[in-house]
Amino acid sequence: MSSNDPQGYKKTLNSPYTGLKGWIDSRLPLVRMMEAEYLKFPVPKSLNYFWSFGGIAMFCLIGLILTGIFLGFHYKPSADEAFDSVERIMRDVNYGWLIRYLHANLVSFFFIATFIHIFRALYFGSYKAPRELVYLFGLTMFVLMMGTAFLGYTLPWGQMSYWGATVITNLFSAIPFVGDAILTLLLGDFNVGDSTINRFYVLHWLLAFSIVGLVVFHVITLHMTGSNNPTGSEPQSWDETVSFHPYVTIKDLNATIFFFIILAFVLFYYPNILGHSDNYIRANPMVTPAHIVPEWYFLPFYAILRAIPDKLGGVLAMFGSIAALGLLPWLDTSKVRSCLFRPVWRICVLLFAINFFVLMYMGGKPAEGIYVLISRIGTVYWFLFIFVLAPLVGFLETPRQPLSITNYLKAKKA
Amino acid sequence: MRVLFITILSLISLNMFAAGSKIDIPKYDWSWKGFFGTYDRASAQRGLKVYREVCAGCHSMDLIAYRNLEDLGFSEAHIKAIAAEYLIPDGPNEEGEMFEREAIPSDRFANPYPNVQAARAANNGAYPPDLSLIVKARPKGADYLKALLLGYVEAPAGKDIPEGQYYNQYMEGNLIAMPSPLSEGIVEYDDGTEATLDQMATDVTTFLAWAAEPSLEDRKRIGLKVILFLFVLLILAYISKQQIWRDIK
Repeated sequence: MSSNDPQGYKKTLNSPYTGLKGWIDSRLPLVRMMEAEYLKFPVPKSLNYFWSFGGIAMFCLIGLILTGIFLGFHYKPSADEAFDSVERIMRDVNYGWLIRYLHANLVSFFFIATFIHIFRALYFGSYKAPRELVYLFGLTMFVLMMGTAFLGYTLPWGQMSYWGATVITNLFSAIPFVGDAILTLLLGDFNVGDSTINRFYVLHWLLAFSIVGLVVFHVITLHMTGSNNPTGSEPQSWDETVSFHPYVTIKDLNATIFFFIILAFVLFYYPNILGHSDNYIRANPMVTPAHIVPEWYFLPFYAILRAIPDKLGGVLAMFGSIAALGLLPWLDTSKVRSCLFRPVWRICVLLFAINFFVLMYMGGKPAEGIYVLISRIGTVYWFLFIFVLAPLVGFLETPRQPLSITNYLKAKKA
Repeated sequence: MRVLFITILSLISLNMFAAGSKIDIPKYDWSWKGFFGTYDRASAQRGLKVYREVCAGCHSMDLIAYRNLEDLGFSEAHIKAIAAEYLIPDGPNEEGEMFEREAIPSDRFANPYPNVQAARAANNGAYPPDLSLIVKARPKGADYLKALLLGYVEAPAGKDIPEGQYYNQYMEGNLIAMPSPLSEGIVEYDDGTEATLDQMATDVTTFLAWAAEPSLEDRKRIGLKVILFLFVLLILAYISKQQIWRDIK
C-alpha cells in the first residue's frame, strides 16, 4: 500500500470477525493472531514425538509458576524462618505437601523435557538456518532455567541449599579484579546468609518470569520459520503439512499425559528420590557436608567445572560449554540438516549425548582419580564436538540426499 | 538411540555397585512401603512410648505438636493427658516474668534442653539431632535408623575408641557419640507386646517415619487416583488422536 493511502492501509487491519470477537479483534488483534498461530499454523505432518517436548516443557513451566505462587503465600525468605516455613507448608498447609513436592519434582521433569528438546534440535538440525534465533532464544532460556533452579534450590535453606549456594557463588570470586565485589553484591554479605536468601528469593521470581518472556520470543521466531521435521526438508506444499489444531494439539496432548504419568509416579511414590537427604537438615554454617553435590541436572556442567585444574579456567569452561553450543549454527558447515541423512555426524551427535550422561555420572562422584580423568576426556569431547567436528564433518562427510516429507512418510510405512 | 539407553542403564548399575561397596545397610520390611502402604498405628503408638521414655531425654522433635498425634489414633483426651505431662517455657506474663506451664495439644513437643549450648554441654560436646525429620534426613532413611539402633556390636580388636565415643557397625566411620539407647525391656508396652530390642527399634523407627512424612498415606491414596485418571485420559486422548489423524497419509 502506498503512503498516500492511509485508508487503504487501515482496511488491511480490519478484523475478519463480527460481534464481541470482532470488537476485541479490531482493537487488540489477539483473536486473529491466535487463530493464525495456534489453529491454522501449518506444521510438517512428519513430526515424531520428539517434537512434543517443547510443549511439555511449557506445561512444566506453567505448573512451576502456579505451584510457586501458592508456595510464595506461605514461604518466608529469611535464614531463621525459611526451613520452618517449608516444613509448615509440608505439615500444616492444606495440600501443602502436594504443592511443594510438585514444585520440587516439576523442576526435574522440566529439565528432562528440556534436555530431550535440545537433543532433538541437535539430532535433526533444528539449529541450522533459518532457525538460528529460535535456537539461541532456547539456549538463553536454558541458562536462565539453570539460574532459576539454582536460586530455588537454596530457598528451603537445608544443608545442601546452604553449601551448594556457598560453593556456586564462590565461583564468581574467580573473576579477575572484580570477582570479590561481584560476590559481595550477589550475597549481600560476605557469607551466604540472611540477606542472600532474601535477594535469591526475589531473583528466583524475576528469572522465572524472564523465562516466560523469552518463551514468547522463542515462539514468535519459530512461527516465522515454521517447525523443522525429521527429514530436515521444508514442506513443499500444503499437502505436506497439517494444521496445528487439532492435529498437533491432540498429538502433544498424548505425549504430555504420558509424560505426566511418569511425573505422577515419582511425585506420589518417590517424591524425594531426585533430591538429597541432607537438605532435610537445617542449614548449618558450622558443619560442612561430606560431599557437596548439586542437583542432578547440574552434574554434567559441574563435572566440566571440576575437570579443569584452574578455578577461573573451570568457571570459563562450564559457562563456555553452553555458550559454545550457541555457535553451532555457524560452525556446522553441512548443507543437510537431519542426522537421518548424515551418517558420520549422527555418530558424533549420539556420542555427544552419551558423553552428556557420562559427565553427569562423573559430576556426582568425588573429584579424584579416574573420575577426574574421565571428566577431562568428556570435557575435551564436548568442545571438540562443537569447534572441530561440526565444521570438519560438514566438509568431509557425504550426506545422503534428504527425502521429501512425502517420500519419508512413504518409506516409513513400507 | 539404543546405545543411549544402554549407557544410562550401565551407569545406573555402576552406581549401585559403587554404593554397595560401602557399609551395607540391611533392608527391612516396613508397613508403609508399596502402593497401598500405611503406617502401622499400633507400632507407631508403641514407638511414641519408646521416644518419650528413651530418646526424649536428649533428642527434641521441634516440628511435631501434640495435636499431630491424632494421626496415630490417639483420642483428644489422651493427647491432652500426654501434653499435660510436660512443662514448657512461656511468657512473659503481665508482670513481665517468664514462667513454665503444662503443655497443651497445640504446643510442639517439649525440648529436653533450653538451647543448643546446653545440649552440647550435657552430651560431651555432641549435639543430639532433632528427630522430627531424621528418617528423611539420612540416606536409606528408616532402614538406616533401625540398623543403627541395632548396630552396637563389639568393636574389632585394635580399633581405638576415644572417650565418649561408641562403636556402631552402621555409623559412618563406625564411631558414634550416642551410647546404645535401647536394652531389653527398657520400656514396658501398654499393649503387652514384648519389648525386645528388635521390636523397640522397629516401633520407634515407625513413629519417626510418620513424624518425618505425616502426609504419606494421603499422598499414596491420591497418587493412585491421579495415575488411574491420567491413564483413562490417555486412552481417550489416544482414541481421539487415531480418529483425528485417520485421513492423514
